[in-house]
Amino acid sequence: MSARPKKDAARLAAAPGAAASAAHAGAAAAPGATRATAPGAEERRARFSTVSDMEIAALYTLEDLRGRDGAEDIGCPGQFPYTRGVYPTMYRGRPWTMRQFAGFGTARDTNARFHFLLAQGQTGLSTAFDMPTLMGYDADHPRALGEVGREGVAISTLEDMTELFHGIDLGRVTTSMTVNCSASIILAMYFAVAERQGVPMGALGGTIQNDMLKEFIAQKEWICPPEPSVRVIVDMIEFCAREAPRFHPVSISGYHIREAGSTAVQEVAFTLADGIGYVEAALARGLAVDDFAPRLSFFFNLHNDFLEEIAKLRAARRLWARIMRDRFGATNPRAMMLRTHAQTAGCSLTAQQPTNNVVRVTIQALAGVLGGVQSLHTNSMDETLALPSEQAVMVALRTQQIIAEESGVTNTVDPLGGSYAIEALTSRIEDEAEEYIRQIDAMGGIVRAIDVGFPQKEIAEAAYRFQQQLDRAEKVMVGVNKYQRESEPPIETLRIDPDVEKRQTARVRAFKQARNQAKAREGLTTVRAACRDGANLMPPLIAAVKDGATLGEVCDVYREEFGVYRDPAWL
Amino acid sequence: MASRKIRILVAKPGLDGHDRGAKIIARALRDAGFEVIYTGLHQTPEMIAEAAVQEDVDAIGLSILSGAHNTLFPEVIRLLRERGGGDIAVFGGGIIPQEDIDRLKHEGVRAIFTPGTTTDAIVAWVHANVCPRAD
Repeated sequence: MSARPKKDAARLAAAPGAAASAAHAGAAAAPGATRATAPGAEERRARFSTVSDMEIAALYTLEDLRGRDGAEDIGCPGQFPYTRGVYPTMYRGRPWTMRQFAGFGTARDTNARFHFLLAQGQTGLSTAFDMPTLMGYDADHPRALGEVGREGVAISTLEDMTELFHGIDLGRVTTSMTVNCSASIILAMYFAVAERQGVPMGALGGTIQNDMLKEFIAQKEWICPPEPSVRVIVDMIEFCAREAPRFHPVSISGYHIREAGSTAVQEVAFTLADGIGYVEAALARGLAVDDFAPRLSFFFNLHNDFLEEIAKLRAARRLWARIMRDRFGATNPRAMMLRTHAQTAGCSLTAQQPTNNVVRVTIQALAGVLGGVQSLHTNSMDETLALPSEQAVMVALRTQQIIAEESGVTNTVDPLGGSYAIEALTSRIEDEAEEYIRQIDAMGGIVRAIDVGFPQKEIAEAAYRFQQQLDRAEKVMVGVNKYQRESEPPIETLRIDPDVEKRQTARVRAFKQARNQAKAREGLTTVRAACRDGANLMPPLIAAVKDGATLGEVCDVYREEFGVYRDPAWL
Repeated sequence: MASRKIRILVAKPGLDGHDRGAKIIARALRDAGFEVIYTGLHQTPEMIAEAAVQEDVDAIGLSILSGAHNTLFPEVIRLLRERGGGDIAVFGGGIIPQEDIDRLKHEGVRAIFTPGTTTDAIVAWVHANVCPRAD
């Protein structure tokens, strides 16, 4: 096509929703306009949209980049605003960390899986804990009944944590730990295990998720209300900045926001709003932004919509860099860089024809790589059926290795930078996310917004809308609402040994009997005192777990001192 | 009492916080004209059975994604029977393998819906299988 399409003909809808049909009508019938599509060509649908229901134009052109400054908005990799990536050489310098999330059964079971993954060429560890651990209950608590070791590994004591990392040198491997309301105790145990191995805290690299704000918004695993929860997180940020400067004390997570049904824009908006919440809390503690912000890390979802996901990651980086520089006055470039882990979208996988999930995961992982992530988990094909089998995990890891070493996309930095479509979508996601952040600011910040259920309700609304689109087959899930099969051959899945719960419960009871009771009690008393007087919790926590206090016992202290949060159960 | 609306308790037993499915089902059932009560998260079987009897519901929809269904679903049914709610229709959904579905049905769960089920299918099942309980 030689003629340049007229501005309105090809532009995507400027305002979400309202202008959608007008923009499309313009593209099809604006008098005198050069058509965006070939003359006379009928389109398959009246409206094209992403998985998040963001309308997509027929064609993006140079016109869509008007009003954006090439240097200020797109720039170069490794330079503010980091749209094209946080490092100048990206994967030419170092590939992303391949980090498969793993955990089931007892510490010994998961330790064996860790050794298997490292032997397969995985470059970092990532730990999944079971529900009782995540919710702050020991395996022998009545609320743990039926849940021990099912969704992850069961960790109640320092003895369990020691076994989890048996034979793994914590000075050489970086570990990610997905745990939130009980994160402070797990981190204390991790530091204690490292000490036993003779590894100093300053040499430890890794990440603990520890993002409670997104728990209230999306994943909904909590103990205490938001304010004390944020206080514990700031204690950890402060402690790590001083004692374990290579460790990321929080991973600000959009993953669960997206899994709960949000759109891509909401994922960016609520995640960065949570980040703003942590930065403000740390500043209020008297910490200096350039000191702690370089250790804030992020975690995003990788959904099916390839272009939208690439644009989402670029938009998040640009918006965060601007927030850190302009709102918080950061001057250290590392304080402005959004470095992120990503995981392919569990909610996009289907129980029907599960081998198709390998293809979905490949597309999603490729979006992550083209979007410039620093570490990646690829889901296994069988995750809608059970925890992944060893075979399924290996295919998932091989998917990353094929992208990294066969596909060629790592040979040049940000190969899609400058694409009209990608740049237009990046700007649009940034603008719409920024608008959400303005609304949250107007409510008085993210904690207030959570109190009134704003992000929760926005997400539930989007989730319901998407389900209706699926039910009406307006959105397609292959094998579910299109191309179904009557019957499917079953695939092998992992079964958790039903005796795990019995064995783990017995082990925790034996531990509690054998320890020095007076010392364990004393440890808990010191933790309680710190809860009350505001002293940093990490030093007494490390001492308490070394003295035999269990995860559930410390969380009981939190429950008594900080109170228990209850689900407002909004529909 | 044929004119009374069917009342359904949508409940989340166990410790996991994945309420996307529960909330979608609760809304879809409400939009289909049923009266819906949603318990919120992290409910024990005792809390669910108690709420069901107190609210005099006709059916309970249990949503779980933590893998504890084999323990928690039968416990809800046992407690309902104990409290005189043995005729309340219990159905469920989540990541539940086929062999567990057979076992749960044997234990008295009337239907299990797995990922990919449309909300229409669940609404239709309620219409076909649940009627207002006698007073």
